[in-house]
Amino acid sequence: MRIGLFIPCYIDAFFPEVGVATLELLERLGHEVIYPGDQTCCAQPMANSGFNAECADTEALFVRNFAGFDYVVAPSGSCVHHVRDNFDAIEQTAEVREVRARTYELVEFLHDILKVEAFPWARFPHRVGLHNSCGTLRRLKHATPSELHEPFYSKPLDVLSKVEGIEFVTPARPDECCGFGGTFSVFEEVVSTEMGYDKVSDHARAGAEYIVSADSSCLMHQQGCAERIGVPIKFIHIAQILNGASA
Amino acid sequence: MTAPEPMLHPELLASDDAEAIVRDGRRLDHAEAASKPLRPRPEPQPRGAEAHGRRPIDQAEAAARFIAAPAHEMMHDERLWDLRQKRDREMHGIDEWEELRELAAAIKEHALTRLDEYLEQFEANARTNGVHVHWAKDTAEHNRIVHGILQDHGAKSLIKSKSMLTEECGFRPYMASVGIDVVETDLGERIQQLDNEDPSHVVVPAVHKLRTDVAEVFARTIGTDPDNSDVHYLAKAQRQATRPLILAADAGMTGCNFAVAETGSVVVCTNEGNADLSANVPKLHIASIGIEKIIPRLDDLAVFVRLLSRSALGSPITQYTSHFRGPREGGEMHFVLVDNGRSDRLGMEEFWTSLKCIRCGACMNTCPVYRRSGGLSYGATYSGPIGLIIDPTFNAHKYSNLPFASTLNGSCSNVCPVKINIHEQIYAWRRELVKRHEVPLAKRVAMKAAGELLSHPAAYRAAIAAADTALAHLPRFVIYNGLNAWGRHREVPHPPKETFHGWYQANRGAKE
Repeated sequence: MRIGLFIPCYIDAFFPEVGVATLELLERLGHEVIYPGDQTCCAQPMANSGFNAECADTEALFVRNFAGFDYVVAPSGSCVHHVRDNFDAIEQTAEVREVRARTYELVEFLHDILKVEAFPWARFPHRVGLHNSCGTLRRLKHATPSELHEPFYSKPLDVLSKVEGIEFVTPARPDECCGFGGTFSVFEEVVSTEMGYDKVSDHARAGAEYIVSADSSCLMHQQGCAERIGVPIKFIHIAQILNGASA
Repeated sequence: MTAPEPMLHPELLASDDAEAIVRDGRRLDHAEAASKPLRPRPEPQPRGAEAHGRRPIDQAEAAARFIAAPAHEMMHDERLWDLRQKRDREMHGIDEWEELRELAAAIKEHALTRLDEYLEQFEANARTNGVHVHWAKDTAEHNRIVHGILQDHGAKSLIKSKSMLTEECGFRPYMASVGIDVVETDLGERIQQLDNEDPSHVVVPAVHKLRTDVAEVFARTIGTDPDNSDVHYLAKAQRQATRPLILAADAGMTGCNFAVAETGSVVVCTNEGNADLSANVPKLHIASIGIEKIIPRLDDLAVFVRLLSRSALGSPITQYTSHFRGPREGGEMHFVLVDNGRSDRLGMEEFWTSLKCIRCGACMNTCPVYRRSGGLSYGATYSGPIGLIIDPTFNAHKYSNLPFASTLNGSCSNVCPVKINIHEQIYAWRRELVKRHEVPLAKRVAMKAAGELLSHPAAYRAAIAAADTALAHLPRFVIYNGLNAWGRHREVPHPPKETFHGWYQANRGAKE
């Protein structure tokens, strides 16, 4: 299986350790992983602001980088959501449709495609609060959102439960948005940060040592909020825990 | 079955007052030797969005002022979140909940795609029932028609129940300009009327007010004790002040939750019974009806009645579900069917399903942005998620900022009882506003530059080659106005030693 590794711009610049963990994890699981060097971004920042025409060249570049892989995997739910659901600034050729359909977020890839049963190298003896980003929860359908009357399921909990020693805490509002929202984070910075303060405080009250998520962008925002108001909580991407990070 | 909680108006619910003195289960506010200590003045109520000529409404600015009033913001967030939780509990009590939503959406879509037929059927049946039916193409026509009916009867005073349509029409200011006294009979709406402020929520219009705010308004307008913010005291005082006005009114007005085509009747759902007072006390009843309120059959109503109050307040049903079919003996009944842009919206491919809305407010209750901003920050008749997609259909320039007041989290679409894809329409409105050049120039320039940079790998690499330059460039191209807005209320990310790209070159370069 040839996997194209998509490392979105935020992770590339600010959270390289998340990219490294994703790469190492997929390699540990026995797959050939290639990082195409000319990749930049999925175009979501422009799309999210309504500038679809401005997305075209970036989306075309994405397709040039990732055509021909069995799967494209990214440790970022919101970017995968863009590629899969909104990536329509360019002509939808067979190649474009193929790349879009083969692009997976890491957790769903491990859960649905690889069906990984164990992470014997992983041990994380800490209390964690799971943050499902809105993109993973309500678009990629990682888990049952609290608003719907559906049987309970959670792909990230399924996967993380296989990690030795991990303990989950549940905040009072488990799937309330943290307030990042892409350009919203600066367009409405006061509301955005207020939501962030509430989110990290909710996890802290529930006793979480770590907030774990499949989206670094939410974590970046939450970390900035926690540091500002002095909530002593740590942040870690799900890829790092699954790859055996100890803390 | 658990016993129902005592019904208290949700706008007046407040957290327990730790300083209250209670004796024999009764609260003593003015008992001798039990007076409360002097307290600092309560936090003043933040006001809504400010209008500046033709400039677009600045929701973010008004939201920031709401958040700067922490007692209000926390109360508002918690009170509405409580409604959302109650809604969830009701939902879990109904196994076929998702099926009901499907059904409700399908009935509404069916009715909207045959709106002309059903409206004619409704009109014919209403006329047969002895109701006078009027058609208004816009708000001005609505107001003129109602005024005409009142003039014909020599009516000088009107009592009415809550209606978002009449808010759309600027009905109260119009009536004031022609010398007719209007009295709102819904408690929350009456509070707002007395405070000369718009409703902030479609179901609970004064939900943004603390009870100390209500005490201040009532003290100023109906003469209550300014230091007494006990909810029972305030509710009773308002009732005593309003009842004589209700009894003396010349005409009554209601809105309409559902207009049933096969019976020609309108259905109004309230918790206070005030629609019945408005409709039944005076001899003249006028109902203002948005044309999208049509449902085909009385049987269909059952689906909506099961969904409406559960979605809105988390109660199984409204206290009153009143059917108005024809005038009583010696009385007169008028239906005013109002378009006001609805036909145009019906023709908008991406936005027509917003007409399915039954005004339950569930999207507002769940919206994390709305809960922290207050409904008045939107500066429009409709606030919250549904407002973001309806308001621009009235005026795309004035409300051009609203579709950006969302994180696109999608919770609104999931709670919507008629399954409007609200968050997808918010996203679609952003695209539409860019197409219509209704976004600021600075943002257009920044997004064009971002598109350029992100489609040229070499330029992109150079821009984020080192951590400090990445910090300078990355937020700027990802988020158009740079670090200022990021860093004002939260810390910037800690730049790592190298990018992932750099690490990969150094460690796995040969593989590429």
